[in-house]
Amino acid sequence: MMNTYALETENVTKTYQSESGVINAVDEVSLQVKPGEFVALVGPSGSGKTTMLSILAALLKPTSGKVILDGQDLAAMNEKDRVAMRRNKIGFTFQANNLVPYLSAVENVELMLRLNGRLDKTGKIRSRELLARLGLAERLHNLPGQMSGGQQQRVAIARAMIHNPSLVLADEPTASLDTERAYQVVETFAGLIHEQNRAGIMVTHDLRMCEYVDRVFQMRDGKLVQIYSTKSEIMELVKGRHD
Amino acid sequence: MKQIIQISGFLALKEIWRNRSRFLLVSLVIALITLLVLFIAALGEGLGNGNREYISKLDAELITYQSKSDFLIAASRLSKDRLAAIRRVDGVADVGMLGTANATLILPGDVEPLKVALLGVQPGHTGEPAVVQGQQLGTDLSDEVIIDKNTALRSDLQIGENLTIRVTQGTKDEFYTLRIVGISDGQQYSLQPSVFVPFYAWDRIKPKSEAEINSSNPVANVILVKLIDPEAIEEVSANIAAQVNNVETATLKEAIQALPGYSAQQSTLNLQGGFTLFIGVLVIGGFFQIQILQKVAQIGVLKAIGTANPIIAMASILQIVVVTMVGVAIGGFMTFLFSLSFPPTVPIVFNGTTTAVAIIALLMIGPLSGLVSTRYAVRIEPLKALGLS
Repeated sequence: MMNTYALETENVTKTYQSESGVINAVDEVSLQVKPGEFVALVGPSGSGKTTMLSILAALLKPTSGKVILDGQDLAAMNEKDRVAMRRNKIGFTFQANNLVPYLSAVENVELMLRLNGRLDKTGKIRSRELLARLGLAERLHNLPGQMSGGQQQRVAIARAMIHNPSLVLADEPTASLDTERAYQVVETFAGLIHEQNRAGIMVTHDLRMCEYVDRVFQMRDGKLVQIYSTKSEIMELVKGRHD
Repeated sequence: MKQIIQISGFLALKEIWRNRSRFLLVSLVIALITLLVLFIAALGEGLGNGNREYISKLDAELITYQSKSDFLIAASRLSKDRLAAIRRVDGVADVGMLGTANATLILPGDVEPLKVALLGVQPGHTGEPAVVQGQQLGTDLSDEVIIDKNTALRSDLQIGENLTIRVTQGTKDEFYTLRIVGISDGQQYSLQPSVFVPFYAWDRIKPKSEAEINSSNPVANVILVKLIDPEAIEEVSANIAAQVNNVETATLKEAIQALPGYSAQQSTLNLQGGFTLFIGVLVIGGFFQIQILQKVAQIGVLKAIGTANPIIAMASILQIVVVTMVGVAIGGFMTFLFSLSFPPTVPIVFNGTTTAVAIIALLMIGPLSGLVSTRYAVRIEPLKALGLS
C-alpha cells in the first residue's frame, strides 16, 4: 500500500527519569499529517507538545515508537543521518533567536540552500522572490537586528520553505508578536503550506491561531487527547477560548 | 570537505565582517602581545649578542683556561709557558693569547668618554679579528689598534687617527695613545664595544694594581686554540688535558654559557617571552569562550536547521586563525615601525630565526587557546534552539 502521509508517528513515547520516578513526557502518540495539510499541536504547558515537536524535528530520539517522514524512520537513525534529514526534509521556525544575527535576510534564507549544497543562480532568484512575496522586498539586505519581530518571523518562514522540505515545523511562531501581526504571519504560513503542498505543523498555546489550520491535535499530560478535524469543530475550539 | 570549508568560511568571515570592530579589538590585543614578544626576543638576541659576539665569532674551537677557573675568563691566568705547551699538542693548528680588560676611550672635544673592552690579541694568530677596512695589527709590541664597528660608530674615529686610552695603573691614571690601523665588524665583548691591541702592548697599557706595575712576566687570561681538524674537538681537548698541567678547556658554546650573567639573562628573557605567550593564550581563549557562551542559542539554531558539527568546528577555528593572523600581522608591522626609531646603540637585534620562531609561536597560540571554545561549540545541543536543554 502506498504511504499517503508525509509524516506518520506510531506509538511515540519519550520517558525521562526523575526523582519521583519515570515521567512520560510523550505517551503513545500516533498521528498522521498529509502533504498540503496544516495542523496545530496545542495543549497547556507541560502537555508534552514541545517534546513532541523536538521528536518530529529529528532533534530528539523517542524512547520507543516510530516517526516516519517520507517513508524513513527518524527514530531508527543515527545522529549524522538525522542532521541530514533536518537539513534536507525539514523546515523550522523558532520562537526566538530565529535567524543568524550576522547574516542578512536573504543570506539567512540562502543558508538553507547553501547547507544543502544547492545554492545556484536559480536558488538566489527564488530566495529573493519568496522574500518579496512575504512583503520583504525592501528588506533583503537588512540584518535581523534591523527588522521587527514580525519581519524576522517572515524571514524565518522563507528560510523554512526555500529548500522544498517535506515537513515544515513552527514553534510558537506568534509568541513575540501582537495580535494583528500574529494573524498575518500564520495566514501567510498556511497559504504557503497549502500552495506548495508541504506538511505543516505549528505548536502554539494561542488557540485563536487555529483558525487557519486544517486539523488540531490537542495534547494533555503527554497524551494525544483530542483531534479536531472539521472546520466547525475547530471554530468552536477557537471561539470557546476566545470568549 | 570542500563544502565544509566553503560553508564554514562563509559563516566565519561574515560574522567577523559584521562584527568587525569587536574582532579588530581582539586582533589589536594580539598585535600588542606580538609587539611585546618580538621585542623581548629581539632584546634577548641583542643582549646575548652584546655579551658573546666576540667569542662566538672566534676562528678557534677551544678556549683554554687556568684549571678550576670555572670557565670565567676574567678569573683565569695563563703564563707564556702554557702557550708553548699547548702549541705542541697533537691536532693544534694555532694558538693565541687573549687578555681582557676594561678601559676608557678619551674622545676629542666635549664628547662623553666611551667605556670599551680592551682586548689583547696576538697579531697573525687566532683571536685577532679580521678587519673589514684598513690593515691587521703589525707586531706584538706595536702601538697599533683595531677598533670594532661599534666603537667606530660611537666614537666617530677613523682609520689613521690616534685614539687615547685612559687606564688606572696603581693609584695613577695613565694615558696611552695608539694609532688606529683597522676596523673590524661588530665584536662586542661583555656588552661593550671592543678595541684590540697587540698582546704585549696590552700587557703594558692594561689597568694594573700597585703590585703588578713592576712585574715583567706577561700573563694572558685564556689561550685560544684553533684545531687542524675542527671535528676533533674531544680528542684534542683530551690531549691538552693529558699533556698540559693546570689547564682546562671549553668549547665556544660552553664558554658562552659561562660568560658572567649570560645564561641567567637569557633564561630570564625566555621566561618573560614564554609568560607573554601564555597571557596571549589566556586572553584569546577567554575572549572566544565568552563569545561562544553568548552564542549558544544561535549555534543551537544552526544545528537544528541541519548544520553539521564539522562546519561549526571549522568556522570556530577559522575565526580564531583569522583574528590571530591579522593581529600578528599588525603586531609585526608595528614592531617594524618601532625598530626603525631605535638608535643603533640599543641592544635590539632582529634575528631571522628568533623572529620566525616567535611568530610561529604567536600563530600557534590562537588555535591552541581556541580548543576549549571549539569543543564547547561542538557540544552545544541543537535542542537549545527550542529553549530546551
